[in-house]
Amino acid sequence: MNVQTAFDKAKAQNRAALIGYLPLGYPDVPGSIEAMQTMVAAGVDAVEIGIPYSDPVIDGPVIQNASQHALERGVRTKDVFAAVEAVVSAGAPALVMTYWNVIEQYGPEAFAADLSAAGGAGLIAPDLLPEEAQDWIAATDKHELDRVFLVAPSSTDERVAETAAACRGFVYATAVMGVTGARTQMSNAAPQLVPRVRAVTDLPVGVGLGVSTAEQAHAVAQYADGVIVGSALVRCLTEADSLQAGLVELRTLTSALAAGVRR
Amino acid sequence: MTMHGPDKFGHWGRLGGRFVPEALVAALDELTKHYQSAAQDPEFAAELGELLNNYAGRPSRLYEAHRLSAQLGARVLLKREDLNHTGAHKINNVLGQVLLTKRMGKTRVIAETGAGQHGVATATAAALFGLECVVYMGEVDTQRQALNVARMQLLGARVIPVTSGSRTLKDAMNEAFRDWVSSVDHTHYVIGSASGPHPFPMMVRDLQLVIGKETRAQSQELLGALPDAVTACVGGGSNAIGMFHPFIDDSDVRMFGFEAAGEGVETGRHAATLTGGAPGVLHGTRSYVLQNADGQTVESHSISAGLDYPGVGPEHAWLHETKRVTYRPVTDRQAMEAFALLCRTEGIIPAIESAHAIAGTQQIIPELRAELGREPVVVICLSGRGDKDMETAAKYFGIIGQGE
Repeated sequence: MNVQTAFDKAKAQNRAALIGYLPLGYPDVPGSIEAMQTMVAAGVDAVEIGIPYSDPVIDGPVIQNASQHALERGVRTKDVFAAVEAVVSAGAPALVMTYWNVIEQYGPEAFAADLSAAGGAGLIAPDLLPEEAQDWIAATDKHELDRVFLVAPSSTDERVAETAAACRGFVYATAVMGVTGARTQMSNAAPQLVPRVRAVTDLPVGVGLGVSTAEQAHAVAQYADGVIVGSALVRCLTEADSLQAGLVELRTLTSALAAGVRR
Repeated sequence: MTMHGPDKFGHWGRLGGRFVPEALVAALDELTKHYQSAAQDPEFAAELGELLNNYAGRPSRLYEAHRLSAQLGARVLLKREDLNHTGAHKINNVLGQVLLTKRMGKTRVIAETGAGQHGVATATAAALFGLECVVYMGEVDTQRQALNVARMQLLGARVIPVTSGSRTLKDAMNEAFRDWVSSVDHTHYVIGSASGPHPFPMMVRDLQLVIGKETRAQSQELLGALPDAVTACVGGGSNAIGMFHPFIDDSDVRMFGFEAAGEGVETGRHAATLTGGAPGVLHGTRSYVLQNADGQTVESHSISAGLDYPGVGPEHAWLHETKRVTYRPVTDRQAMEAFALLCRTEGIIPAIESAHAIAGTQQIIPELRAELGREPVVVICLSGRGDKDMETAAKYFGIIGQGE
């Protein structure tokens, strides 16, 4: 299931799509899959499944700590395919999000083939630039997978155009110059960046980094096609005393965010 | 592409390049542009040359080590980077990058550091130019290199101990990248190794070329010829690439890089990336990485904090693959024996990093002698001095507080 499904559904309801991120293997692999399904049931339109990586340079403390915990518990790259199948069977497209070396070591072609076989939508790799992505572009073309590259407030117009042209599925606009994690103040960079992307592509534009509350989701939904939430959802699990308590928090926050993009 | 590389995207073959968040691309492009214009600018060269000579104390000496030579059975010369201001080759690169920081109109510098030598050099140059300076250092390293932490603080830098991951150099580098993504409009990240995203591997190499260029000229003057071999230790590899690069076209000059083998490559507790690692992406570049089958970085181990890194500069990976340079592992024990040997024969206390180069050279001399059929002439890059390592060395040799 490609991510277009989620954007089409949201567009038909005249709203932005809600995309939720959770790391694979936190608190363990079955628990993380249950959490992803909980998120789908509570109203996310698509799930970003993070494969933990040892050196996550664009992640803030919440995702860093959850990733490290998952790696210490022995999460493997191949565990992602069961999670993809579970998310898809719950009814939402599943995008994988991880750093490029994880895919490079699995083998870009092998990963694309296995992700496609599991019904996955595609991949977001925050440290892979289009100019370094020849192998991945070939593999995703062959398997018709989404490939999502990032644009940033600092990107020149020329780069925005080149990057958008390399994307399939949607374009990920990073709202702030910084790492993942909740922020009390939303940046004013994103409302300026999104129109620059729209000017050069018909693809949907998703905005992420720093969105944590229903209020912020609502605000971003006014100018973007997709609202991406990560750390705030992860924190529901990391701050809870048990998985069950975490899932309750996760359901509550997801519902609130889903209401936010529908308001 | 020639042996010299890289191409305009920073590639040596498939190695090098840029693997960074898009948010950093504009800053890397800006840096590339300013670096290229500075490299053509005689005023920049004059200003840097003045600093290198009158502030850092260059040119560094090429010293013929007679008593060490007698022990090793070769004519051995030491390139004395340990005599530079701040005690290592790191200052060569930092002075250039701080001049570029000024040129770009930025007011703050950040750095990662392992042994603390690069952190001290960055703090020094920041003090000299009145820039704000923050140094990220793994918590483990702040403990084993406590003296260098104090030096940085005295120089006015903020030292932030990094408590994530293995709490060593790789995690300090992660944290510096996170800072930079958030502060890039006014901050320059002074990478200390010939690694990281383009243009860093090329730029740091170029700023360290002074080591090899001086060595070439000094060899001609002292020996009337080039040496049979040049050798250096390799962590990220900035002293080594600076020494090697000017000799790449001299096919009679053999080159050897010595990696830290820790407790032995076969034990898995080592930092010998080219010997025991595999191609992969880490910290913005494609090179060799110590990693597991899933591409997760494996912790490195070395008695030397400056070599305790699971990656290596991409140009070294290229020189390894093209076999222009031979890379060999040297264990903690071999390095410490060479450390003691240099202390006793020459009255020079080397950095433990540089002791790896002494130990490795000792191992290759019989091979060189057999190949040449005469006494070989070898230049070793003595990249730094050992003041910072006194505690580690005293503990290793069991001599803490034991006067006679």
